[in-house]
Amino acid sequence: MIGPPVIEALQMALVLLAAPGLVGIVRAVKARLQRREGPPLVQPYRQILRLLAKEVVLAENASWLFRTAPYLILALTWAASSVVPTFSTGLAFAPLGDLIVITALLGAARFLLALAGLDIGTSFGGIGASREAMFASLAEPAMLMIVVTLAIAAGSTQLSTIAAFMLSPAAGLRFSFALALVALVIVALAENGRIPIDNPATHLELTMVHEAMVLEYSGRHLAMIELAAALKLLLTISIIACIFFPFGLGLPGFAGFLVGLLSYAMKLGIAAILLGVFEVSIAKMRVFRVPELLGAGLMLGLLGTLLLYVSRGL
Amino acid sequence: MGLGFDIAHMLAGLMVLASFLLLYQDRLPALINVLRLHGFILALAVAWQAYIQSAPHLYIAAVIALAVKALVIPGALDRIVDRLGIHREVETVGGIGPTMLAGMALVALSLRVMLPITAHADPVSRQDIALALSVVLIGLLIMVTRRNAVGQVAGFLSLENGIDLAAAGARGMPLVVELSVAFSVLIAFIVIGIFLFRIRERFDTVDLAALESFRGERQ
Repeated sequence: MIGPPVIEALQMALVLLAAPGLVGIVRAVKARLQRREGPPLVQPYRQILRLLAKEVVLAENASWLFRTAPYLILALTWAASSVVPTFSTGLAFAPLGDLIVITALLGAARFLLALAGLDIGTSFGGIGASREAMFASLAEPAMLMIVVTLAIAAGSTQLSTIAAFMLSPAAGLRFSFALALVALVIVALAENGRIPIDNPATHLELTMVHEAMVLEYSGRHLAMIELAAALKLLLTISIIACIFFPFGLGLPGFAGFLVGLLSYAMKLGIAAILLGVFEVSIAKMRVFRVPELLGAGLMLGLLGTLLLYVSRGL
Repeated sequence: MGLGFDIAHMLAGLMVLASFLLLYQDRLPALINVLRLHGFILALAVAWQAYIQSAPHLYIAAVIALAVKALVIPGALDRIVDRLGIHREVETVGGIGPTMLAGMALVALSLRVMLPITAHADPVSRQDIALALSVVLIGLLIMVTRRNAVGQVAGFLSLENGIDLAAAGARGMPLVVELSVAFSVLIAFIVIGIFLFRIRERFDTVDLAALESFRGERQ
């Protein structure tokens, strides 16, 4: 039988290895829809390996913070992804962290990234950091409202407990969960800087947020940042899949383990395709309209919580 | 309890959500489209109540809701907007953010008021009435936050949809009540329609700020 420590180690290796591949699939889907050939699926891996081998070019006034931030960001994101049940609920670290811990870890990573953006003192880093802080101040309350909704219904903020609750017949068909899902998708788009909020493929100064903050990075630092960004995308997709689509999770035995692994791969693939289609079909928002979208996310989360009080079993 | 309750809850929740869309929407043609959606969800909710209560007369109420509130009135509003030539933005009083928060507070308030006093009622009608009260209160809020008379009419109609939802949720409401409510809404709508054109004729606008300054309230 496979014990929790083995599953944990396997998951942590798997998320790190699968993350660039996920980014590759999203890019391939977008390229196909735009009738471009597009880079091969392994391009993100190649890019990270290439960056790792390259020399780091540091600005003269870069402090220790600028040099350590990339490693810390990757470490925090990786730590957050170690407590999300992706293909199995029997994780060794699962009791250590719940949704609030994950939100806090991602918030800490974002804080470090904003600090690193400010550190060099270029105007791009500053504008990126200030926009990131503006979006975060709205995305985080929305995330916490979603957590509250789920916690009231499932009686816990533990992801494995929530997933087990969602699989049980007690979950039923609740409108609050639909609202929470939409809100979580909005928050996830904002967290990852995907298209209506930010464009991950652009270097146009008027629109960029994430890219503006990491503009000064090069070499292995940039490799860490890119890997962390890919990992964060995988992590948010895994959270959504684990909460709202926990099919194939928590089955007993080795066969159940394989089913979990296969269904997780399938969920990631479907999510990547949906994200690609979504990004191709809409335009980026003006920066000053983003708070309205995030406000809608916050409102949906709040409404979900309120409606829960008149739903079944409460 | 079970799927029947869940679907009733979902439809009532969708009505609250559509009310928030009305509150948010600041363009008249889109506002009328959301109102159409509001009426359509109401018809579905009433039909579902008819099914789970096994009350055939409610199907008639659902058909009336569909015909009057999802088709006739929004269509007439569209024509009014066309004839008045006002496709511009609705001026809202106050920003979108505070308005939405006020709407949330109203939903919380109506749940806080309704849930304790209906503690022994049937759960389906209990949640229906609590959410219907939120729809009514948000309808009032829409009327308060709009300057444009057509926007206020949309608020009034969504308020009336809320009353209809409450009536459908309460067991044993006779059809006569539903019919008379539907007709009074139609008549109110006709009166409002005539008033809109009168206001326009008199003041060259349907912006109610003009009325206020005429009465000497605002300089």
